[in-house]
Amino acid sequence: MMSRALVTRKLLGTMCGTSGPRLNYTQTAVSAALVHTEIIKSRELEKDELRPLYMDFQATTPMDPRVLDAMLPYQVNYYGNPHSRTHAYGWESESAMEKARKQVADLISADPREIVFTSGATESNNMSIKGVARFYKAKKKHIITTQTEHKCVLDSCRVLEAEGFDVTYLPVKNNGLIDLEQLEEAIRPDTSLVSVMTVNNEIGVRQPVKEIGHLCRSKNVFFHTDAAQAIGKIPVNVSDWKVDLMSISGHKIYGPKGVGALYVRRRPRVRLEPLQNGGGQERGLRSGTVPTPLAVGLGAACEIAQQEMEYDHKRVTILANRLVQKIMSEIPDVVMNGDPEQRYPGCINLSFAYVEGESLLMALKDVALSSGSACTSASLEPSYVLRAIGADEDLAHSSIRFGIGRFTTEEEVDYTAEKCIQQVKRLREMSPLWEMVQEGIDLKSIKWTQH
Amino acid sequence: MASCGRSQVISLYRMLMKESRKFPSYNYRTYALRRIQDGFRANLHVDNPKTLDMLLSQARESLALIKRQVSVGQMYSTQKTIIEGNDQRGF
Repeated sequence: MMSRALVTRKLLGTMCGTSGPRLNYTQTAVSAALVHTEIIKSRELEKDELRPLYMDFQATTPMDPRVLDAMLPYQVNYYGNPHSRTHAYGWESESAMEKARKQVADLISADPREIVFTSGATESNNMSIKGVARFYKAKKKHIITTQTEHKCVLDSCRVLEAEGFDVTYLPVKNNGLIDLEQLEEAIRPDTSLVSVMTVNNEIGVRQPVKEIGHLCRSKNVFFHTDAAQAIGKIPVNVSDWKVDLMSISGHKIYGPKGVGALYVRRRPRVRLEPLQNGGGQERGLRSGTVPTPLAVGLGAACEIAQQEMEYDHKRVTILANRLVQKIMSEIPDVVMNGDPEQRYPGCINLSFAYVEGESLLMALKDVALSSGSACTSASLEPSYVLRAIGADEDLAHSSIRFGIGRFTTEEEVDYTAEKCIQQVKRLREMSPLWEMVQEGIDLKSIKWTQH
Repeated sequence: MASCGRSQVISLYRMLMKESRKFPSYNYRTYALRRIQDGFRANLHVDNPKTLDMLLSQARESLALIKRQVSVGQMYSTQKTIIEGNDQRGF
């Protein structure tokens, strides 16, 4: 038994070559259970091949036909530059853009003048973090964020560190939520900005944004939140929450890709240094022509999201419960990552113990799923979000994210659950670790030899 | 008025369902059918003529939109999904 495990591991060690982190990973116990570890190969579907069903609504969402319908006229006939003030082409584009701005503002209870169109949430996050930090750098040199933020927030903070700023990366509790007392202790007199995401993209937990907002306001610190995964799905109100900056993405709410928005509070005024200089569009915060069709699409997506929020949320909750219940009732040792209560139900992150996530993804080739965020899905490294919530290394390796959205059907959920149960059982039967667990051996007590 | 409204509602409902069945994409098609059914059911007991008028004009706009989007979808249709391959009920 043991020798089989060792042989597999040796084999894997040679297969994976010399890359440091991967070698470490093959040395962990769980990978011994794997015979076929290779990164999933990309290929195009054959003409008559059936398409996998889509269960990755956190990565991106299909565009709602109502959104496309609103955009098409601006891709076809109304091509004017919305900043042209001298002719009808410009005016019609401008009024469409302003209508879209109002639709976005209404969804988060803001004033249209507080909305800046950007290319997406990544740009919005970069703009707010670098912008605020650099504008106030003469007096304030400290920024606070959390370890489970999106890559673009963490990387912006790294850049600021290189520029001489101090950054505190707050840890999160095992349920993925931050500790408010810890945040309060971390705030210093020279803290300019706190950035905490509303809904996490990997484990779906909802941070106590309202409490954080009130705390930051009382300490006179600006508060930025990345709400890309939250708006349109849960009610968002920037004045109730005392949010100063909020990032919004189009393609997470059934809108077009390549557009997003940033909410920048006017009273009390938040000032930021623009990243992009030029023609002075968008109050000088984001120069560059606003892409009218995309802005119209974002606006339409926001309006539809507002109308459909209750309906969608109810349905997503039912489908998510159905999926979790089906899987959990059929297979033991499945862990749901993140707080069970404070969460958005459409993002379910499950760890299947004794099964390696990538092999399960490969086995579930009929379902478009991911083990974490799309940005990091190419690497075999376990997700840093799961590490931050203190998941065991082997559990972090065996996690899969199920994304449920507006267009998901009961049949798709049932199919996914059924396939998942079948494949987990199959992979576990192949796993020497699972066999040992069944024999009552505590895996943690085993001393794996190092080579 | 009421009876006239009723026949209008039923005919609109039928047309919406008929058009929505033409969506080539499985997910758009099932969503449209489900949303139309649920939408009409939620407003089953509306008898205020003003609200009814508003809802009817919304439904007419939706019908036009669905017709346009069905054509777009048909122009760029793609492979069926695995669910349709297994599901013979034909939705």
